[in-house]
Amino acid sequence: MHELSLCEQVLELIQQQAGLQAFKQVKTVHLEIGKLSCVEAEAMRFCFDSVVAGSIAEGARLEIEQPEALGWCSACQQLMHIEQRFEVCAHCGHFPLEIRQGEQMRIKYLEVL
Amino acid sequence: MCGVCGCGDDSQTTRKHVHVFAQPAPRVIQLELDILSKNNLFAAENRRQFQEQAVLALNLVSSPGSGKTTLLVETIQSLQADYAIAVIEGDQQTSCDAERIRATGVPAIQINTGKGCHLEADRIGQAWQNLQSCSPDMLFIENVGNLVCPSGFDLGEAHKVVILSVTEGEDKPLKYPDMFHAADLMLLNKIDLLPYLDFDVERCLAYARQVNPALQILLVSAKTAEGMPAWLDWIKRQRLELKPSVEVL
Repeated sequence: MHELSLCEQVLELIQQQAGLQAFKQVKTVHLEIGKLSCVEAEAMRFCFDSVVAGSIAEGARLEIEQPEALGWCSACQQLMHIEQRFEVCAHCGHFPLEIRQGEQMRIKYLEVL
Repeated sequence: MCGVCGCGDDSQTTRKHVHVFAQPAPRVIQLELDILSKNNLFAAENRRQFQEQAVLALNLVSSPGSGKTTLLVETIQSLQADYAIAVIEGDQQTSCDAERIRATGVPAIQINTGKGCHLEADRIGQAWQNLQSCSPDMLFIENVGNLVCPSGFDLGEAHKVVILSVTEGEDKPLKYPDMFHAADLMLLNKIDLLPYLDFDVERCLAYARQVNPALQILLVSAKTAEGMPAWLDWIKRQRLELKPSVEVL
């Protein structure tokens, strides 16, 4: 359940930004959580409200975007959708693929007042 | 201010219309910030200090009950004559493991993560402040027993070492690919028990390499010391590679 501490890290970053960018209330938190990132979006949602209670992000809407994972085959030079980290190339069977997308865990943007 | 009449007064007596107080429109702030960026900053600072002081920091990860602490005690006893060693122990509760380590005579700091399921880099940095006066050559960090969460949290270590015991399923690397992917070395522990189990070693190693083709693998038994020399040699090699090269005139 490291989603709880990820939510805490999100809140700390938001509080840091509040000082830098002068806002007092957060309406929306938009996250990008790649499909290979080992994070359950549902668990994030479950933890988020209790973590931000009493903070400038209390009541904020949490949006989670989950980009597909993409792997690059260096043998046949193709980019493809993958479901897991250790898939072989769907075109030529080469292994391993280089992960090009799907591991990211980012705060993409905030809507603030 | 009222959006209809421009007054700032909403008293009932003079009101001729319903005052409308407009909400300021929310603005969007693009961030593109890595959620782990704070942890990664602390980890980078830890790594810088470890490198500057030529300390080999190893992050030992596994599921609970893989024999990490026993392995660590045996490892310390084999190395402590030649190297100064320090240990950071991570557990949700109790200081049992740190006490087992201290019984060997090396300094150990216990971090209780409470509700947390993994160690984070800032806690390692704080513990290191208290350990560095011992000038260790090696720092072993025994992470919380958990094959999921510690994989994403860089502590500033030189290598993650994942320990899997033969009393667990051979398909653990496929079930928990992130951890086996993040590790540089896998120790397959408790191999003295293999005659009593149906554990398929070759299949397990194939699964581990499927998840991480670059993974180095050693078979050990902390109890009988079988395979331990190769593990100790591996540690010594990593420590040698760390030392800043000295120019001989």
